[in-house]
Amino acid sequence: MVEQSIGKSVLRKEDQRFITGKGRYTGDIDLRGQTYGYFVRSPYAHAVVGEIDTSEAESMSGVVAVLTGKQVAEDELGGLPCGWMIHSKDGGEMKQPLHPVMAATKVNYVGEPVALVVAESFDEAKNAAEHVSVDYEELPAVVSTAAAQSAPDIYTEAPGNTCYQWELGEKEATDAAIEGAAHVTRYTLTNNRLIPNALEPRAAIADFNTGTEELTLYTTSQNPHLARLILTAFVQIAPEHKLRIIAPDVGGGFGSKIFVYSEETALAWASMKLGVAIKWTAERSESFLADAHGRDHVSDAELAMDEEGNFLALRVKTTANMGAYLSTFASAVPTYLYGTLLAGQYKTPNIYVEVDSVFTNTAPVDAYRGAGRPEATFLLERIVDLAAKELGIDPAELRRKNMIQPADFPYQTPVALEYDIGDYEASLNKAMEMADYAGFAGRKADSEANGKLRGIGLSCYIEACGLAPSALAGALGAGVGLWESGEVRVNPTGSVTVMTGTHSHGQGHETTFAQLVASRFGISVDDVEVVHGDTGKMDFGLGTYGSRSLSVGGSALSVAADKVVEKGRKIAAHLLEGDVDNIDFEDGEFRLKESNRSKTFQEIAFAAYVPHDYPIEELEPGLAEKAFYDPVNFTYPAGTHICEVEIDPETGVTEITKFTAVDDFGTIINPMIVDGQVHGGVAQGIGQAMLEQCVYDESGQLQTGSFMDYCMPRADDLPKFTVGMTTTVCTHNPVGAKGCGEAGAIGSPPAVINAITDAVGVRDISMPATPEKIWRAVQEVRS
Amino acid sequence: MSISVQLNVNGKSVTLDCPSNTTLVDLLRERLELTGTHVGCDTTQCGACTVHLNGRAVKSCTILAAQCEGAEVTTIEGLGDTDNLHPMQEAFRECHGLQCGFCTPGMIMSAVDLVHREPAINEQVIREGLEGNICRCTGYHNIVLAVESAAKKMRN
Repeated sequence: MVEQSIGKSVLRKEDQRFITGKGRYTGDIDLRGQTYGYFVRSPYAHAVVGEIDTSEAESMSGVVAVLTGKQVAEDELGGLPCGWMIHSKDGGEMKQPLHPVMAATKVNYVGEPVALVVAESFDEAKNAAEHVSVDYEELPAVVSTAAAQSAPDIYTEAPGNTCYQWELGEKEATDAAIEGAAHVTRYTLTNNRLIPNALEPRAAIADFNTGTEELTLYTTSQNPHLARLILTAFVQIAPEHKLRIIAPDVGGGFGSKIFVYSEETALAWASMKLGVAIKWTAERSESFLADAHGRDHVSDAELAMDEEGNFLALRVKTTANMGAYLSTFASAVPTYLYGTLLAGQYKTPNIYVEVDSVFTNTAPVDAYRGAGRPEATFLLERIVDLAAKELGIDPAELRRKNMIQPADFPYQTPVALEYDIGDYEASLNKAMEMADYAGFAGRKADSEANGKLRGIGLSCYIEACGLAPSALAGALGAGVGLWESGEVRVNPTGSVTVMTGTHSHGQGHETTFAQLVASRFGISVDDVEVVHGDTGKMDFGLGTYGSRSLSVGGSALSVAADKVVEKGRKIAAHLLEGDVDNIDFEDGEFRLKESNRSKTFQEIAFAAYVPHDYPIEELEPGLAEKAFYDPVNFTYPAGTHICEVEIDPETGVTEITKFTAVDDFGTIINPMIVDGQVHGGVAQGIGQAMLEQCVYDESGQLQTGSFMDYCMPRADDLPKFTVGMTTTVCTHNPVGAKGCGEAGAIGSPPAVINAITDAVGVRDISMPATPEKIWRAVQEVRS
Repeated sequence: MSISVQLNVNGKSVTLDCPSNTTLVDLLRERLELTGTHVGCDTTQCGACTVHLNGRAVKSCTILAAQCEGAEVTTIEGLGDTDNLHPMQEAFRECHGLQCGFCTPGMIMSAVDLVHREPAINEQVIREGLEGNICRCTGYHNIVLAVESAAKKMRN
């Protein structure tokens, strides 16, 4: 009998190749006869594109061709679509200006591609790109999120640079509740713009075979099937059955590799046009300029309470920056992934949120780890903290008082979601215990004795993962279904090949999914191979984002594995000469009840493929099953994060002395991997709270365009993390899992800022809370 | 201008002609097909390209091949293989010190050099010593544990 591995920290199957340098990322792949692409990018944030003179570049050594945005337009390539239609409160559709594959007439952000140089070597392509001469007529740039609606229009079809004006919740009831409330806490905030910076820059190789007319695109994608669908149905690059997309090892995504971008699309088009394979690997400066950025909200929020601190209403007005174009899922982020989360863990009866989405002359903004949920959580957990301070109530107690209780589930929030299950107070209690919240006063006194400031901050977050019930998503404007596919192929010797439509780029699916399937069959994890990331190998799938892979993709595999067992029972009934109803499957054996007869999983597999003694009239040979799983609800991971900081008032330098995260992710397959996801998420959240800030100057030039200007969290910026779990099992998927990939980045930023403001004794310090900002705040308090 | 370079890579002597502006990482990846060494940035900040040059960790994106004449270069492929892992490789796996794996080869090469250089290994020394290697996935927590664990094995 093989040991059951669910819930065990099985070491990762994928690690062997990564620790020995045998990973195979897109940039590691070379094709025979390949050429190299290099993009000519706009140096201006907003300009009319005039003549493009490619003649000098074309005459240079090794140059195969120079293709421009004007040729894209001549070839009538479709624009890059946004997959989620948002309707404004007046019923009108969001404004969707053409997002060209390469700009033909006007550029709208610094770094926007206008031409692609193809040459026999990378150096030749890059050198020639400098000799492509483009006439630009510069226009005034719109940069500020807050001021975009009063700036000159970038697009005539989007007056006031407004993409949509969306609302959710009951306005009148919320207004009335705020009007009559005993206390209203008000908060104006910015959620800082971030640049995702997965460590592997985007890369692609487009390879058109003129003989078969098949186009293969190797690319750094979190969702290769979706990329194929978009390139086929919208951009109309190639027919779907002639287009294969392979996303091999991918070096991190965090959302930024969900989207279908200009560069990969231009490469695919150029490969077909020229009949050669073309490779492009982004330099990091290109990643900064042209990967979709994250966050970038400005908001006003009001939280109304009665005399006892019971929440009565929350009213929020947010302006969200979309950048120059609507990226693939951009429109959904500040709406259905943000407004819907504003109830948090609390029984606030009235909530109303308005979101204006605006265009600016900056890189497109789209989902970045958490996507909307960090913005909602930051707003809510900051204003709750401010309310606690204003009312003189302990922040933990104010939260506890307003929390949805276990008996309240299923709980319908005023902002569309129905939470299925949770125990928020259990996470709060455990986090407070692990953080030694009760001992904080003593530690603060010790710090003060040493001339230091000490603060503690909480954040009780909830998120919605496992996107999503397709019918619901469709009703809300999604352009695709959001189920996931899985196939479980039992090989004749009883080993198993698992195909999933999700994609692993650090999350460890090759191990977690193997554990899930191996446990169902009672076989070793080593006997299960997980295959992903190739449209040529598996059915359509939706990919990995929104912490959906286990709860949706794993559920598909769970259903497929059940089908395998069902067929196995029928085969076993024949071989054991019993009734199928009397066949049990347990610990890798099919047993006939009330007998000593049994067949192993491997024996049944062999019988299925060598069907000499087989119920051939009733059953097809073979033992492979697939499932398409459509979730019935979102999943709702939740928890409490507590940050404790010590600040040197003379320098503003802040040390996180302890960071505690207690999360409820439902059923956990591999605790080691889950802890790792929490660590990474918290690190990115601390990065947002203390270090990271994307800065454009007034003319739209990116000021933070390298790792020397954009402050990435490094090993000496971060503490060790204290991680704990509580568990309520998801009620509506067969795995019981809720998702864990984004929670760290969602829960942590407000905990950090709550701790820093607590230490300094100020109402607010904006993110990122740098030593300079903190030092200034300290000086203000002292004066 | 083309130059000729002779160097020793992972124990093998290599002589090749390359343009004079060829970097060490390009020589390794494009000429010798040692793609375990990665390029994550263009400003010598991320450390994904870290290899050992005459036993010391260097960022191979900022070393010219021409500077490596006669040098001993060790890449992740030469540190240890599947059947004979270096304790640092083993520790990264055992401590879950990697997720997407892209920074991992450079991180491991830096960490090995750090343990060789530093007489006393503790959390602070590790965090400061790996400051030149960026990981976006792990939050460094498990990397620190891995280096602590490997250091013990390397010293025994």
